Amino acid sequence: MKSDRLKPALLLGPLVLFLGLAYLVPFLGVMQWSVTLPETGFSQYGKAVSDPLIQSVFLRTFRICLIVTLCAVAAAYAIAYVWVRGTPAQRLVTELCILIPFWISVLTRAFGWVALLSNRGLINTWLQAAGIISEPLTMVRNEFGVVLGMMHFLIPFAVFPIASAMRSLDERVFLAARGMGASRLRIFWSIFVPMTLPGILGAGLMVFVFALGFFITPAILGGGRSVMIAELIYLRLFQSPDWGLGAAISVILMLIVGALLVLMLRLVRPNKMLG
Amino acid sequence: MKSGHEAAEITASGIGKAYGDFHALRDISLTIGSGEFLTLLGPSGSGKSTFLMILAGFETPTSGTLRKNGADITGVPAEKRAFGMVFQGYALFPHMTVEQNIAFPLQVQGRADADIKRSVNTIIDRVGLRGHEKKRPSGLSGGQQQRVALARALVFEPSVLLLDEPFSALDKNLRSSMQEEVRRLHQETGTTFVFVTHDQSEALALSTRIGIFNHGQLQQIGTPKDVYERPANRFVAEFLGDVNFLSLSGVKATADGAEGLFEGHPMRISAPGQFVSEHFAIRPEHMVMFEQAPAEGNMLKAEIGDITYLGAETRFGLKTPGGIDLVLQMPTREVKSAFQPGRQVWAGWPANQGFFL
Repeated sequence: MKSDRLKPALLLGPLVLFLGLAYLVPFLGVMQWSVTLPETGFSQYGKAVSDPLIQSVFLRTFRICLIVTLCAVAAAYAIAYVWVRGTPAQRLVTELCILIPFWISVLTRAFGWVALLSNRGLINTWLQAAGIISEPLTMVRNEFGVVLGMMHFLIPFAVFPIASAMRSLDERVFLAARGMGASRLRIFWSIFVPMTLPGILGAGLMVFVFALGFFITPAILGGGRSVMIAELIYLRLFQSPDWGLGAAISVILMLIVGALLVLMLRLVRPNKMLG
Repeated sequence: MKSGHEAAEITASGIGKAYGDFHALRDISLTIGSGEFLTLLGPSGSGKSTFLMILAGFETPTSGTLRKNGADITGVPAEKRAFGMVFQGYALFPHMTVEQNIAFPLQVQGRADADIKRSVNTIIDRVGLRGHEKKRPSGLSGGQQQRVALARALVFEPSVLLLDEPFSALDKNLRSSMQEEVRRLHQETGTTFVFVTHDQSEALALSTRIGIFNHGQLQQIGTPKDVYERPANRFVAEFLGDVNFLSLSGVKATADGAEGLFEGHPMRISAPGQFVSEHFAIRPEHMVMFEQAPAEGNMLKAEIGDITYLGAETRFGLKTPGGIDLVLQMPTREVKSAFQPGRQVWAGWPANQGFFL
């Protein structure tokens, strides 16, 4: 009886300890900065919500995250569909396409996109050589590059909850709809998509929460022109003396993420999120 | 009230289905009469469900043709056949309410909203789902989900309703009340019903005819009484219920059946037009137990072994002097106190009971 409770505690212990030391304690420190630097009080929070520059970065972050979420979930839905319902060969290829990006560092991938998209990158060189364009297309150091890079990173994360929702469907439901004379298109839109909606919502929220905290990808592909909230926090903390302001923004971001996570747990049961 | 269902006659000729070397179905030929209640009965893997899937159009046969009222529909896909179908596990749309589930086939057909509303309302009353229209399937009991599945399959007045083991998930009481329900719906709609089950008592209770499948072949098709009392082979005889086998010696064909001996007891079996052999079979409930040798009919002597009380019926294990084990089943109220283990009794039956295999 006693060991029954002790065992899980022992197994979970190291993780709790690690999270406590590596995340909770430092974050409490950040919270302390936010109300003590440069002076005690909530003045930095006031600044964070009223400063037009910070507001615009928050707005841009939400806009980019929303676009990334919509595009990534749509792409992930198509990928998951082939992965779950394709022929064995299609499934294998899809599985490799989902897994291989996981083995490549986020930094390598960001620079890879720069090599592809920059003015003298592969795509522009080819298009110019083929005579399709005369001037190079601007595809990095702007929002387009940021969105593309983030999407690329986040699609696999969206695939898992969606594929899991698709796998749990009862095939007979589609047979039933077919037997009633429903066309493939109708079955897809009126039966298949609504039945996978929990997976879509779960994937969407997860991608959005991940996207909010993105740092490396927007920093590299945005080239300092498309600053997102994580990069702004970095600049406040490491390249200016505004530690209190940076900390306050961090806490605000953390609260938003926390609220979204609560929403996610209410909408989708956590065990449904796992592939 | 009879509604606008137009029942169809389905004719299968030489239907076969092979998966590589495996023959799921071989040469099935049968006619399902318009308005009939045909049950496809067989153990799992016997091909009965494959045959139903071919009727529905979800599977195409590798050989043979399927006709509906004379027209070849072998290659017509399920969505063009528009037969009603009730699936094992119901296959309801979980994200739709009861009403929306039932309205779906009508919307697919592009019916007018007012028309849809009227049809849905009628069928909801007919299957007894009033008050549950706005609920999702997850909020319904098994029996209610079953009713939704039936309503959804019948609402567009299909010419044929296919039911694939619809009651396998229900408990016994609910099962028999749903059986009643299905029988009533069959009578009310007059539609052709094709029902798949592995439960022989369900098949006997519901059907106008039963087709018995085994190893992908149709073993016999006939009325419940036909297949139960005149089974075509040993498989059918044993699948439909318990049966005692008696090996007769000196079998001679007579004008209306056969004569022979079983452990010295003369047997006269009246079975006009039937094939005759030394393998005689009789069902447990067709034998009657006597304390003294009965005055007429066929009889044999045996000793009572174990007794099983089944409620309405009681079952006796009997052993003949020759060491053959038999089973006799009789209404509990007719069981005499003398019928105790170890007691010598007589088992008798009229000449027209039993069959040859």
